[in-house]
Amino acid sequence: MINNSPYFRQPASVRGVMLKVLAALLPGLAAYVWFFGAAILVQLALCSAAALAGEWAMLAIRKKPVWLFLSDGSAVVTAWLVALTFPPIAPWWLGIMATLFAIVVVKHLYGGLGQNPFNPAMAAYCLMIVAYPQIMSQWPAVGFTDFSTQLTAIFGPDRHLDAITMATPLDALRTQLHTADARATVAGILGSHATFGNIGGKGWEWVALGYLIGGVWLVRQRIITWHIPTAFLATLAAIATIASLANPAVFAGPVFQAFTGGAMLCAFFIATDPVSGATTPRGKLIFAAGIALLTWIIRTFGAYPDGIAFATLLMNLCVPLIDMHTQPPVFGHKKDEEEDKKGP
Amino acid sequence: MMLKKLFAFNGGVKPDYHKGESNHLPIAAAPLPAELVIPLHQSIGGVPHPLVHAGDCVRKGQLIGGPDGNVSSAVHASTSGTVKAVEPRLMPHTSGLSAPCVVIEPDGRDEWIEHAPVPWRSMSPGEVRDALRDAGVVGLGGAVFPSHLKVNPGKLGHLDTLVINGAECEPFITCDDMQMRERPEGIVKGAAILRDLTQAKQVLVGIEDNKPEAVAAMRAAVERLKAERIEIVAVPTRYPAGGAKQLIRVLTGIEVPHGKRSTDYGVQCFNTGTAYAVWEALELGRPLISRIVTVAGNVETARNYEVHFGTPMQDVIALAKAKPDSDRVIMGGPMMGYRMPSAAVPVVKATNCILVGSKALFPPPPPEMPCIRCGECALACPVDLQPFEMYWFSRAKIFGKAQEYHLFDCIECGCCAYVCPSRIPLVDYYRFAKSEIWARENEKTAADTARERYEFRLAREEREKAEKAAKLAAKATETKAKLAAQAAAAAAAPADAEAAGAAVPPEPTSTATNDPKALIAAAMARAQAQKAVVHPENVEQISPEKQAEIAEIEARRAKLREVAKAAQPQEDQ
Ligand code: SF4
Ligand code: SF4
Repeated sequence: MINNSPYFRQPASVRGVMLKVLAALLPGLAAYVWFFGAAILVQLALCSAAALAGEWAMLAIRKKPVWLFLSDGSAVVTAWLVALTFPPIAPWWLGIMATLFAIVVVKHLYGGLGQNPFNPAMAAYCLMIVAYPQIMSQWPAVGFTDFSTQLTAIFGPDRHLDAITMATPLDALRTQLHTADARATVAGILGSHATFGNIGGKGWEWVALGYLIGGVWLVRQRIITWHIPTAFLATLAAIATIASLANPAVFAGPVFQAFTGGAMLCAFFIATDPVSGATTPRGKLIFAAGIALLTWIIRTFGAYPDGIAFATLLMNLCVPLIDMHTQPPVFGHKKDEEEDKKGP
Repeated sequence: MMLKKLFAFNGGVKPDYHKGESNHLPIAAAPLPAELVIPLHQSIGGVPHPLVHAGDCVRKGQLIGGPDGNVSSAVHASTSGTVKAVEPRLMPHTSGLSAPCVVIEPDGRDEWIEHAPVPWRSMSPGEVRDALRDAGVVGLGGAVFPSHLKVNPGKLGHLDTLVINGAECEPFITCDDMQMRERPEGIVKGAAILRDLTQAKQVLVGIEDNKPEAVAAMRAAVERLKAERIEIVAVPTRYPAGGAKQLIRVLTGIEVPHGKRSTDYGVQCFNTGTAYAVWEALELGRPLISRIVTVAGNVETARNYEVHFGTPMQDVIALAKAKPDSDRVIMGGPMMGYRMPSAAVPVVKATNCILVGSKALFPPPPPEMPCIRCGECALACPVDLQPFEMYWFSRAKIFGKAQEYHLFDCIECGCCAYVCPSRIPLVDYYRFAKSEIWARENEKTAADTARERYEFRLAREEREKAEKAAKLAAKATETKAKLAAQAAAAAAAPADAEAAGAAVPPEPTSTATNDPKALIAAAMARAQAQKAVVHPENVEQISPEKQAEIAEIEARRAKLREVAKAAQPQEDQ
């Protein structure tokens, strides 16, 4: 195709977009390291290496320009999302397998960059939680940041995990609600247990705050629009508010829901994946609200530690339909559409 | 100063404007070249027919191309001299095609043909339109749509708002800016004429607020001339604020949809340069023979020149001194301009800017990446389209779907490609899809015509068969008994009716032969005689008596033809 106008363009690139996404993860990552130790950095490195290796192999097999795509940064973003949603003290092969699955199967077998209908990191998470539910539930206790112990947990043949793991806030809440005596209430559990901090999980609430800060920066950088984070958090908070007002003993409130588990990460970094998400403004609102609703349902009634991964995949499935039915009116046709709606 | 309420259009981008490079020097007159190559086809619409021959002497302003019908516009000699040839020359168009041009060797005297102001106030609207058409006035913003076709008050009998477009949003281009600064009175007078011709209640001149000098000069001119109902409005600088529909939206809040006449919405839009040309044509009686052209880009001194149409672009570029690393010439701006096949192509009415490019100034786009559906393009699109969907379907050649996503509403402004992080040449895909769709439609029309012709031939052959049968029958009548004749006619009737039915509806050229009608009538007559129900459509309106009469006449004529045919068999095959 001959190159015609426009003859100049904004200096934007896919790599630039991806680098900004990585940069936006840094505040949350800093809090992560502070409260839970450097293990997460090891996982990030392992996953990134696996992602680049998988990407390179697939590009070579598919005869694509290797360097061009390898340097776009999208594989690293996927790797980081895998690492950040997996337990940091999981054995080394888990993150690598998950990342390879995300890159090779979910991304490249569906056509590579821009083509995958499912969020690769979330698909990998779902696979692993079904395959290794035990390992996926072993989360470090806040404050146990001793690096050598963590390294043994990751690489060692003998994983002595009891001393350093702890149930996640969501897990703790659920198990106690289900198994403890009938008088247990949400308020009672949150107040008494060492797992919980001021508004969410101890330590985790700060990580979530970091994600929030990075996410708002991404919106201001125009890498993502406000629609998905706002609709996600608002829906999650709204449902939590209604439920906790209806029965405060059984349902946690909105702030806890938003600052716990992967909610913040999902709001700004996972649901906002442009490739597998809805693209129209109204579509984004519906898409994100759907994820929030499903997340709350899975969190509250399901058996998994968190619901964002399944919720995201389910909504990924609906994207073509959502996009098709939420096309914004075109310049000059706004009136026609109103008239269409009014009917003859 | 009253603050006007403005509206916004969605999307748009803010590229580097590069306007300061060419708007610090006054407009200069470009010298006459050694040879003027004036294309006959310089506007939308029919190609004007040449009125001069090689060897003719012409004078400045003399009509050399007569408008071809109403949707066309005249072309004039830009100076006095001798016509050297009327021949195809390379056109200022990306395609690299040639088209008929009048080649004039200037005599240096630059002598005007006699001309006088047009008494437009005492003329009928139709006469004024003809005068504008014959003066060759077309839209000078780049679209070169014949202006006379736009000078009408629409079906409401008047316009609410006449928009004069001085936004000039494309980077590098400053020809309207400089004209507004230096010749504001002509523009305002032209706007007033257009106001009266379109019966507009108000005139709004929209100028991007990055041209404060132009805004001030135009406001001063309105005051000096005490022009009524003309307001100069500074609009926010954002590409493509100068798109006609975008500017109408900004100034009036009205959105004119694709494919609709803006007059139906009570608005119309002319470029400032066009308003000036209208004033020159009517008040001075001067046809359009030159325009202001910005020469910018990879040149030593970017500047605006008043250039005679037909001047080779390279002559104008030479005035500005192109830098040695220049590698291309673009007509128009960097966002929507067209790459020229050569620097030798002439300046025409559409040439608002000659942009000299180089690899450094307009670097070749980095390799195209797949679309990541980031939606940046949709945010930037001033028409609220979903460019990546159109791209996807254009690329996959699913053109129907691309059209469903409003491909033809796309104004090819380039905003989407400008912001795309995957550096996809989106507009190229749209151009490709549009031209494919047009080509397919043309093919379909051609196929339809061919099919119609084929069907007509089939019908004719069938008719001839029937005629032969009838002829046999006629012969039989002469030689054999009456009964035999009736039987033959009965056999022929259904075939006739069928043939007629197929031939009549799509047949526009039936004046050449009225056989089908005759056959229907004949068939009718026979069918009636046999009490069969044959009911061709196009005789429904005629009364039974008349039908019978026609049938009788036609039957007689058919018989005569058969006799004639029998005399010279099969000749017309
Ligand atoms: S800007 Fe480019 S990459 Fe982004 S959605 Fe549009 S076409 Fe795709
Ligand atoms: S070129 Fe077409 S699709 Fe792209 S921004 Fe302009 S109008 Fe929208």
